[in-house]
Amino acid sequence: MQQTDDRRRGALWPAMAGAFAGLAALGLAACNGDNGGNGSASGNGELVRYNPDPYPSTYTPLPAETVLIQGATVFDGVGGEFENYDVLMQDGRIAGIGEGLEAPEGTVIVDGRGRYVTPGIIDAHSHLGVYPSPSVSAHADGNEITSPVTAEVWAEHGVWPQDPGFDSALAGGVTTLHVLPGSANLFGGRGITLRNVPSRTVQGMKFPDAPYTLKMACGENPKRVYGGQGRAPGSRMGNMAGYREAWQRAVEYRRSWNRYWDAGDASAVSPTRNLELDTLMGVLDGEILIQMHCYRADEMALVLDMAREFDYRVTTFHHAVEAYKIGDLLAADDVCSAVWADWGGFKMEAYDSINENLALVHAAGACAMIHSDHPLGIQRLNQEVAKALGAGRRLGIEVSDGEAMAWLTSNPARGLGIFDETGSLEAGKRADVVLWSAHPFSTYALADHVYIDGALMYDREDPERRTVRDFMLGQPGEGVL
Amino acid sequence: MMKSVICAAFIAALGLGAASAQTLAVTNGRVVTNTDAGIIENGTVLIRDGMIEAAGANVSIPSGVEVIDANGGWITPGLFHPHTQLGLIEVALESSTSDAAAPGASFTAAIDVADAYNPAGGYIADSRRHGITRYGVFPSTGRGIIAGRGALASSTGAPDALFATRAFLYVDMSQSGASTAGGSRNAAWAYLRAAFEDARFYPGRFMAHHEGDAINRFDAAALVSAVRGEIPIFMQVERASDIRRAIRFSRDHPAARFVFVGAAESWMVAEELAEAGIPVIIDPLRNLPASFDILAARLDAPARLHAAGVQTAYTTISADLYFNPRLITQHAGNAVAHGASWEDAFRSITLSAAEIHGVGDRYGALASGYAGDVVVWDGDPLEVLNAPVAVVIDGVSQSMVSRQSRLAERYAEQVPDGQYGYRH
Repeated sequence: MQQTDDRRRGALWPAMAGAFAGLAALGLAACNGDNGGNGSASGNGELVRYNPDPYPSTYTPLPAETVLIQGATVFDGVGGEFENYDVLMQDGRIAGIGEGLEAPEGTVIVDGRGRYVTPGIIDAHSHLGVYPSPSVSAHADGNEITSPVTAEVWAEHGVWPQDPGFDSALAGGVTTLHVLPGSANLFGGRGITLRNVPSRTVQGMKFPDAPYTLKMACGENPKRVYGGQGRAPGSRMGNMAGYREAWQRAVEYRRSWNRYWDAGDASAVSPTRNLELDTLMGVLDGEILIQMHCYRADEMALVLDMAREFDYRVTTFHHAVEAYKIGDLLAADDVCSAVWADWGGFKMEAYDSINENLALVHAAGACAMIHSDHPLGIQRLNQEVAKALGAGRRLGIEVSDGEAMAWLTSNPARGLGIFDETGSLEAGKRADVVLWSAHPFSTYALADHVYIDGALMYDREDPERRTVRDFMLGQPGEGVL
Repeated sequence: MMKSVICAAFIAALGLGAASAQTLAVTNGRVVTNTDAGIIENGTVLIRDGMIEAAGANVSIPSGVEVIDANGGWITPGLFHPHTQLGLIEVALESSTSDAAAPGASFTAAIDVADAYNPAGGYIADSRRHGITRYGVFPSTGRGIIAGRGALASSTGAPDALFATRAFLYVDMSQSGASTAGGSRNAAWAYLRAAFEDARFYPGRFMAHHEGDAINRFDAAALVSAVRGEIPIFMQVERASDIRRAIRFSRDHPAARFVFVGAAESWMVAEELAEAGIPVIIDPLRNLPASFDILAARLDAPARLHAAGVQTAYTTISADLYFNPRLITQHAGNAVAHGASWEDAFRSITLSAAEIHGVGDRYGALASGYAGDVVVWDGDPLEVLNAPVAVVIDGVSQSMVSRQSRLAERYAEQVPDGQYGYRH
């Protein structure tokens, strides 16, 4: 067979992958959390509500010094490129960027001359933790391939925090990543946004207050997986019917809860909780963001109509190999596309892959971003963007380096609902920063420093300043890139 | 205007222009020769009758010949990808479109990729547009660990694009080979030894019956040339312990010639490999313990192999081998980022790959006597922002149009919905 691991995984990944995102009790809205999440009813006169955050983030930034990077070329992630600029990080936040910044006493000064600074890279589509290395069968926790609608499962419940891929991604400048269930199912479950930090628990990696997401999947994967078992969906028609049936149930579920809450009668019997529909209700309430695996242009157009039919929003189409064909429709509905630079050919719906996809979507005025979907690709998203940029420019599309930098920083932050916190170098934001040895669109550029919330998490020159997951201890590849 | 130029090029590629090679000069660029001449600034390459006549700074261009002006870009030998399945796979997940492997077949070594290879395969034009002019095509394993015999192709897309067939044998002795062999490495090695014996004693052993200890008569006949060393054996092997075992196997079979493919942990065995003179084809981007076969994979493995003097070429396993062989320049660039010299890395996707395939005297360098395979780039070919602007094979300028570029052109501007279908 063709060699190994990665490619097989690559082929299967978009295939099996799909993902899910989960539930969210968020829909249950206005939870007061008083009753510990089990909805224990009302004896004391309260309406039944459920805790929307039963597995809360315990992430605490590592200790951070005040750091001033001086004299670098700085990309702010929102279009700007500034020569000979300084970046000041203080108390874990960006204190400022500009020329000749003053630093308080005791500040760590980093010589940025000849080097480049960008916001920390954000990967909008990763399966680290749910399909970790090594990819043995026991580690396949990213697809609940037992039913096509599993909005009740949560990626965070399958994340193995010891995946060595997190360490490698950090060396590639990734400070935040969005881990999704796979695409075997129509509704794969909830996705989770993580800080790329070492922790014994997934809770210790969760991005505080990041919205939950829900993975959905178009096309070949669900119909192949279930049609092959003689179950629905067995066709693209069945895919759409499966989504619509679930959305209709969610509409009715939400109506019954709203009726109960609006009535305000604590003595009334509350609706029965349904974990699957909790998540879908969260989407209808606008609290959970739809991240939908979809390759073909015609399918994306149908999904946009379906979103209107049930009154929800698609935040981002993932893979979106044919997004370039419908840039106008995507722009009109303000939907992002998260794409590869150049994957294709592994299945029929990837047949029309072109390297200009990202640039064409950008040129159409729609939100576009790179994504990895792969434990190796996540290590060099800067190169993936460079390839997409080069291809776009050769087609005549004018995009500055600064604009293209948004494709791996601010745009994924927007697509994940965390742009207020990260994704650009603007005063007050989390100090998620990468210092590069050369222009990050060069193949030869390496991340010299990676800061998360101002803490130096990775230093290329210092083997001690490098995370090493448990699995790698004592292995022949321990601690190397 | 861009469109008309492209259409003209496309029409040329369809036949008329792909005529016989005349004299062609590629000039005004940074010439990477892959010879002792090194890199020549502001040089010229002169091609006559499909072969390189001269490459250097002071090459005079005869009057009236076709000239490609590199405009200060880079002029390099065409890329040679040693390890692809171009022309075998259209859509990987659609088995009806793939001839890479035959799990239901009864043959092993007798399988010959030339019988399936399609020079008009859907991704060949785009590979060419990205600078690949020559490549190896290998069969994947089906029923047994011996996959069959590979071939060498040019990316012209012409009916005669295969220029060497039955050129190497492909065998999988990695973790996946162990699985194919029935479930363990020891079973795989027992099978391989038995198959070698069957071939060594061919045809005598088969006088009385058609079955050998491991393989049938037809397969044994096909295996003979590999066992005798007439063609190399490309052995997929990853773990250091397996590589050492494979080196021992090579000593037991001194006539046979081996090339190790995959070889993620080969850096741990680099000295032994150099001493044994066994080349390695490695993917510079694999660095995670994706399986227990490659726990020691690391990004500076190519640099370590070069330093130890192992003859090394690169591949694109972690991308893929049928749609994205074109990413081989990115893979080489990352080898440089992690310690390889630019010269070693570039050689690993040109001349070294050709040498490993036994054709290093014809392909992979810009020197007199080499085939006229030349790529003009808008800058350093290993930089991901850059790309070829012209590709020449056997002295003939190639089309820079592919199905992918046609799609991009069609959707380059927004038009009313019904008009897209008329943009072609």
